[in-house]
Amino acid sequence: MFEDTVTILANERETDAYFRLVVSAPRIAPRVQPGQFAHVRIPPLREALLRRPFSIFQVAGDTFSLLYKTVGKGTEALARMRPGETLSAIGPLGQGFTVPAPGGETPLLVAGGYGMAALYLLAQRSPQRGVVFVGGRRRVDILCEREFAELGWEVRVTTEDGSHGERGLVTQPLVTELRRGTTGRKLFACGPTPMLRAVARIAEEFGVPAEISLDQPMCCGVGVCLTCVVPIRTATGWEYQRTCTEGPVFDARVVLWEVPE
Amino acid sequence: MNLSVSLGRLTLPNPVTVASGTFGYGVEYARLLDLNQLGAVVVKGIRLTPVRGNPTPRTVEVASGLINAIGLQGPGVDGFIEKYWPFLKTLRVPVIINIWGTTLEEYAEVARRFDALEGVGALELNVSCPNIKAGGAHFGTDCRLLAEVVAACRRATRLPLITKLSPNVVHIAPYARAAAEAGSDALAIMNSYPAMAIDIETARPRLGNVTGGLTGPCIKPIALKLVWDAYQAVKIPIIGMGGIQSAADAIEFLLAGASAVAVGTANFYEPQTPLQVLAGLRAFLERKGLTDVRQLVGAAQHQLG
Repeated sequence: MFEDTVTILANERETDAYFRLVVSAPRIAPRVQPGQFAHVRIPPLREALLRRPFSIFQVAGDTFSLLYKTVGKGTEALARMRPGETLSAIGPLGQGFTVPAPGGETPLLVAGGYGMAALYLLAQRSPQRGVVFVGGRRRVDILCEREFAELGWEVRVTTEDGSHGERGLVTQPLVTELRRGTTGRKLFACGPTPMLRAVARIAEEFGVPAEISLDQPMCCGVGVCLTCVVPIRTATGWEYQRTCTEGPVFDARVVLWEVPE
Repeated sequence: MNLSVSLGRLTLPNPVTVASGTFGYGVEYARLLDLNQLGAVVVKGIRLTPVRGNPTPRTVEVASGLINAIGLQGPGVDGFIEKYWPFLKTLRVPVIINIWGTTLEEYAEVARRFDALEGVGALELNVSCPNIKAGGAHFGTDCRLLAEVVAACRRATRLPLITKLSPNVVHIAPYARAAAEAGSDALAIMNSYPAMAIDIETARPRLGNVTGGLTGPCIKPIALKLVWDAYQAVKIPIIGMGGIQSAADAIEFLLAGASAVAVGTANFYEPQTPLQVLAGLRAFLERKGLTDVRQLVGAAQHQLG
């Protein structure tokens, strides 16, 4: 974990409200594990104090990139920043995905919207190629299909409006695929909470292991403030664990979606 | 140049500390900054038993501030000693343990437990957390109860006691005096201010706990005035805190009468803040031709005669 001033190399619109940010970060980039994140301070923000967490999308040498959607003041200010400008980034942070061992499980990746970003490094570093299921509302919400295809992965797209790929939810083709067979397969998912919850339920139903990356509002990003906690099953009951430190990736079986009474 | 300050019997190598609850148990930030450069490390509030904390969402960002309702999640005395003390005791700077309870007896028992632990710098009594149902601000907004808590802890330990006061009182002077007279060695001013935020789309409060405590730069002028008032009321030293994010902010607190300061919410967005404040303070003293940081303490009060 380092806190560094990183220099923007590129910050370009990908599609619609999605941007790709590339920064030079010589201490952070080489140490990134799939599924980890960076906590970024966006200097143009004045009244909004906090850093924003972003999954790390790609790593190349001393650079890493983020894929983000403009959803509020923070990301809108970020989208206005230009190459040559600098940001403060803390990273790499959190517990990422377990990269399958050579000859081990075949990964089935499940992504919702920009959840694709968190899964790219896993696809790149997995010794076995698998299938990535990606879903979104509309065609513009389907990101980096090409990048996954270039890794030799099969990409199955669903959109809710049917404007690209199969019409419906990302979990439909996933279920179809699992009906064909579950042996030696493992799910890895990142996306909106309802999608993750559905993936966890499917994993349980089919008896396949699953790792899911949770997206919770964060404050400090390093385990201090206890903002991003989620209820996690333990040997003796349950406890709140930190998405930033024990997560963001959890074994789907231990995540309790509601706080027990 | 002298930067060391004393909080009663406790001497700090410099006046820049961190606020309880914004620095975890120190270890989380140890990879990002050298903790031994701080004036003291102040850990998150500990009660006798483990605490699960409040439902989420636990924080909400507001203009120039943050509202939190964490609910003092923590490992309890035993968990703290087992999990965090082995690291903390290796630090060369004082470690201040923030403690709380739901009854007078619990406060005293926690104080007693830490009295038996070798190497604790001081205990900070949290009588001002707005986010828990029993304990916390309940004790800090009633002068008689406040005096009883401080006295009970005083009897339970020889460690220096710092009483962390609530801002949610009409006048802080009687609380400052009550704490001092009951045996507190120093005061910490202030805790967060009760606050809330509402999501207009869902018409629901934005915090799981409904209400929380406001911190960050937006509370600095309020905190400064409370330090100013308390300085006039008591002789014991004050640790000033509330929205400090620069050396200039810290210097204002010193001039108002604080002997030391604590960086709080700023740690969340810029973990280097305490060290930046210290460097800036050093540069300020040099620029003003001062040789001792204590020359700043209360100087704005003395100016007025």
